[in-house]
Amino acid sequence: MKNIFALITTCILGLSLSYGQMYSTRNAEITFYSYAPLEDIEATNKQVLCAIKVSTSQIQFSMLMDAFQFEKALMQEHFNERYVESHKFPKATFAGTIEDIEKVDFSKAGSYEISVSGDLTIHGITQTVSSEGTLEVGYDESLTASAIFLIELGDFNVEIPTMYIDNISSSIEIRVNAKLKPKS
Amino acid sequence: MRLRYSFILFICSFMTPQLAQSQEELLDLLAEEEEPLTQYTIATFKGTRIVSGHTVETQAEGVMQMLIGHRFGRLNTGWRDLFGLDNATVRLGLDYGITDNLNIGIGRSSYTKIYDSHIKYRFLRQRYGAKPFPFTATAMASAMIRSDLRPFGNIDVPVSSRMYYTYQLMIARKFGDWLSLQVTPTLVHRNLVQSTNDKNTIFSLGLGSSIKLTKAMRFNAEYYMILPSNQIQSDIQGEKVRNAFSVGIDLETGGHVFQLHFTNARGMHEKFLASETTGRWLDGDIHFGFNVSRVFTMYDRYAKREKRAARKSSL
Repeated sequence: MKNIFALITTCILGLSLSYGQMYSTRNAEITFYSYAPLEDIEATNKQVLCAIKVSTSQIQFSMLMDAFQFEKALMQEHFNERYVESHKFPKATFAGTIEDIEKVDFSKAGSYEISVSGDLTIHGITQTVSSEGTLEVGYDESLTASAIFLIELGDFNVEIPTMYIDNISSSIEIRVNAKLKPKS
Repeated sequence: MRLRYSFILFICSFMTPQLAQSQEELLDLLAEEEEPLTQYTIATFKGTRIVSGHTVETQAEGVMQMLIGHRFGRLNTGWRDLFGLDNATVRLGLDYGITDNLNIGIGRSSYTKIYDSHIKYRFLRQRYGAKPFPFTATAMASAMIRSDLRPFGNIDVPVSSRMYYTYQLMIARKFGDWLSLQVTPTLVHRNLVQSTNDKNTIFSLGLGSSIKLTKAMRFNAEYYMILPSNQIQSDIQGEKVRNAFSVGIDLETGGHVFQLHFTNARGMHEKFLASETTGRWLDGDIHFGFNVSRVFTMYDRYAKREKRAARKSSL
């Protein structure tokens, strides 16, 4: 009996110990760009959830696909209806790790080069992606993370009809910019 | 026994932090921050018209749609008229989104030289998720004026007698992502009618459907039923007024929607559909026709909204 208590205590202790410093925001910005011969397309999502946990060097994003804002309303409809099928796959997520987080001194303001890798899920398909980025520790204890990813639409089963090959690029640039605040 | 517990304890002490590190936990924390998810149904119909009548769809804020409609003559006119191709009527129209839900539009039809204008408001939207709602509803009011010389024989009539009005309530639901149905109670008011046997205000029930065939193609059908059927007694050019039935397909390219259809209605407006359709499908009084729409984005609505919000907060 005593041992069971010990077991439970260990579990709880282990759990609470692993809770380190957390940073989060619900207003991270993700913009994607498609550069094609006939047309450049960009869309921004300003309601991206982002969290960083220092002790485990985890970084995660979660966003609703239909919150991407396009200048052209019809393009936004096509994006949701025909390409990413938001009614079937409402969310996109990224779950990864900051590989060289030990370089970052969270007590001192400054900018640090980091590399990130992890699983990106779009259109119901998960792919491993990695990129370089920067992590900026602010004077106000905030944390600004930014990175650029390049993805291939084909990897995520998003088909571009041959008719629009000159309008929509098959490789998409994703720019991430998140200003996070410490979470108590 | 003791040893076994100690062993489990040992394993657990390693496992727990590991478990806590799993990606799930952080996402759960994110999920806590998330508001419950409600999403609007989009693209119930591809365009603002099923064939000739309106759909619940509206143009987004700052979007101008140019709509060109053609209806050729009847197929049963035979080869001398190239199955109706020699005998086309056209409607040119512009629709504009004042907000995402409020639209205005103007148009001009060559058939009886009618100018039309409308205002359209989408006041309910179908949505799913945390706060679901089962259908989309849009109301539309329009006014038309005939500009042809001597529309009623050899008598002069005041301008008011050339006026027509229609009022519509459109209720539509998208089932899954492939089928959309619409019910459209319609009132058509005609200031002047041919005889005292004809009602000035006609009630007509519109029904519409759209079925997704591929990502870029849909099959549409539209039916306008005069209910009860005895509201119009007079003939038009010797033919009885009938219910309008149209079938067509939508072909979508980037900024265009092409709609190709067969219909027994000649006009491209509710007034024609509900009160002046004389063709009979079984006799081959079928018109081939098409609509082409092109949208132009007049300004970036999100940028404008942000500016508006910034101005508000600075006041």
